Amino acid sequence: MRRGISVAAAAAALALAVSACGGEDTPQQSAAPAPSDPAAVSGEVTWWDTSDATNEGPVFKELKADFEAKYPKIKVNHVNVPFADAQNKFKTAAQSGSGAPDVLRADVGWVAEFASLGYLAPLDGTPALDQPEDFLPSPAGSGRYNDKTYGVPQVTDTLGLLYNKELLKKAGHDAPPKTFEELKTVAQDVKSKAGADGLALNVDAYFLLPFIYGEGGDLLDVTTKKITVASPQSVAGLKVVEDLIKSGAAAKPAIQDSYTNAETAFKEGKVAMIFNGPWSNTDNLGGKVFKDNPDNFGIAPVPAGSVKAGAPTGGHDYTVYAGSKNLDASYLFVRFMDSAESQAKIAGKLGLLPTRKSAYDMPEAQGNAMIGRWKEPMTAAVERPWIPEAGQLFQPLVEGYQKLATGGTTSDAMAQDVAKAYQGLLKGWSL
Amino acid sequence: MTTQVVDGTAAGATARGRARGPRSRGRAGGFLSRHWYAWAMCAPVVIVTLVLIGYPLVRGVYLSLTDATEANMGRTIGMNTIPSTYEFVGLSNYTAIVTSGEFLSRLAWTITWTVVCVALHYGIGLGLALLLNRPLRLRSLYRMLLVLPWAVPAFVSAFIWRYLLNGEFGVVNAMLRAAGFGGLDWLDDPFWAKVSVIAVNVWLGVPFMMLALLGGLQAIPRELYEAAEVDGATPWQRFRHITLPGLRPVSSTVVLLGTIWTFNQFPVIYLVTRGGPGGSSEILVTYAYRQAFEGIRNYSGSAAWGVLILVLLVVMAVVYRRALRRQGEAW
Repeated sequence: MRRGISVAAAAAALALAVSACGGEDTPQQSAAPAPSDPAAVSGEVTWWDTSDATNEGPVFKELKADFEAKYPKIKVNHVNVPFADAQNKFKTAAQSGSGAPDVLRADVGWVAEFASLGYLAPLDGTPALDQPEDFLPSPAGSGRYNDKTYGVPQVTDTLGLLYNKELLKKAGHDAPPKTFEELKTVAQDVKSKAGADGLALNVDAYFLLPFIYGEGGDLLDVTTKKITVASPQSVAGLKVVEDLIKSGAAAKPAIQDSYTNAETAFKEGKVAMIFNGPWSNTDNLGGKVFKDNPDNFGIAPVPAGSVKAGAPTGGHDYTVYAGSKNLDASYLFVRFMDSAESQAKIAGKLGLLPTRKSAYDMPEAQGNAMIGRWKEPMTAAVERPWIPEAGQLFQPLVEGYQKLATGGTTSDAMAQDVAKAYQGLLKGWSL
Repeated sequence: MTTQVVDGTAAGATARGRARGPRSRGRAGGFLSRHWYAWAMCAPVVIVTLVLIGYPLVRGVYLSLTDATEANMGRTIGMNTIPSTYEFVGLSNYTAIVTSGEFLSRLAWTITWTVVCVALHYGIGLGLALLLNRPLRLRSLYRMLLVLPWAVPAFVSAFIWRYLLNGEFGVVNAMLRAAGFGGLDWLDDPFWAKVSVIAVNVWLGVPFMMLALLGGLQAIPRELYEAAEVDGATPWQRFRHITLPGLRPVSSTVVLLGTIWTFNQFPVIYLVTRGGPGGSSEILVTYAYRQAFEGIRNYSGSAAWGVLILVLLVVMAVVYRRALRRQGEAW
């Protein structure tokens, strides 16, 4: 028995020793030398595309075909991976070293996390990073981690206030609300005069941010490493939401399938206003009240709080898997897919917002009315904290928001709970 | 087949070798040499079990004693090398879980959920089994219909229920409204969300109980009922003193199985309410899953949760067995 214990202890100690001397402190990186002749590069690139397979997929497939025509020696496997599964799927594959794609379309919030875990190839000095000064600063920031570029922005987006013009007119309002107070008034007028609900809230952390930003709050202050979700400004933003729900200005929000329920209500004309992003353009315009009357569909910046109008920056970046066997071909593919011409084509066909300044001026992009109409809402886009833990910030917030929306907590208590959860997630940050 | 033979001879050789050793010529050595052939035949199963169950279990227990996360476990991917920097931290993962307020409230709800679900599974399953055990027109049709929920994959049912129970657009609320009642927040109110997940799980789990108990009922000799009837026993007395004791061997097994399954019933909670609203319907396994797969994966924390759940179930099973044995059950 005694010998058994000592053997087990020795084995454990050995395992510890082995695991402790795994390597040096900082991730080692060596930039791949750029090939002299791009046309000579050959190989096979697997691309995980997380876009909407039915509405958006075909356009990306066309671009892929253009790429293969230009570089006949490179074959691209276009794989559509549902957005909701992609993060976990990629991490599992990337970590095990088998089954990971060469190129991934990653949400802007994932890049820092993946980069910190060593899954992504740095793109500085490679063909993938082409004319970086042309990128809009906020989306470009999402691809950077520790002063290196790991993702190049594909599309950008933000939240705007989408509204049903006819319903607002029936309620006596020609213009969409510009502030939170106006939002409440207009919503109540719609409810009393137009026979529909005024505002549908989507009980989701991301959709809570405009209220927090509007009152001058934020989840974190990255420069001073402070958790600011319980600051008086942030709490003021939560109070706006609490008041919208309690006063009945916002319809009683659904907790499960909140996004779909709000969207459906908006498309059916049961609610006059929702917060949503450009990715929902196609979906909305197919709705009952907009299908035959697209002019009825209004897009405005999110209403402002006492400090500013602010909505989170979203979007997607192209990233390259560090363990890819075809790095050179992958870099070329990313370069092609993210050129101003490709972006303009995506913008023109899908109404997704380019991340290159030059793409906005191209005729193809200007041909899509949505691009111009989202220009103003985009001015309110606020950069999010691009930190590895960013992906974990939403769960405590959404749990708190769900409690707030069902009347199970108050704004102050909710903010305290979320701040406490953040303290557990972010080591070394102060309140 | 080939591998089995190879494994068998290898294990047999070691068994014999040890038996011949001068020191181990005790009872164990004699046992091994006498039964080497049996050991050889078992070896493939033992090895597969060790690889598939033993190794992950040991690894899980080890990880739960460290601070390993996705960020500090060493690996090399292409040009990036992440060093291993995780350390042995003893029981601190466990103390952190047990002392957190979250644990007790999750545990309380998990136990409530398990007890209510298994009680309803057993009660409804037994009722249906009794109904179906008597001659009845279209009996096989009823049996087939009642087994249906079990035949549908759990995740499909969970999604269908989620849709049916949707507050605004769901079928259940539409029927309630059509009947003149107000709709209920089936999934959006903490209390009703709990009722909903229990209802869905009961719907899913009753068929198994029913089938198992039906089998048990058919194994009870008819003569006992006839004799009781001759002695003038009422239907209740027959049920109480023949059916229930006769079902004992089946009941004790299915209740134990049902408890373990329900305690770890992941898909129903995760797919119907996602643990919401506000985490109110989250049970221990779904919570452990969140720990493991949200953001930077926390291997040590989730392993500790896993071990803790395992320990709870083992304790439960042991107590249950003791209780049965005290009542004279040879199980």
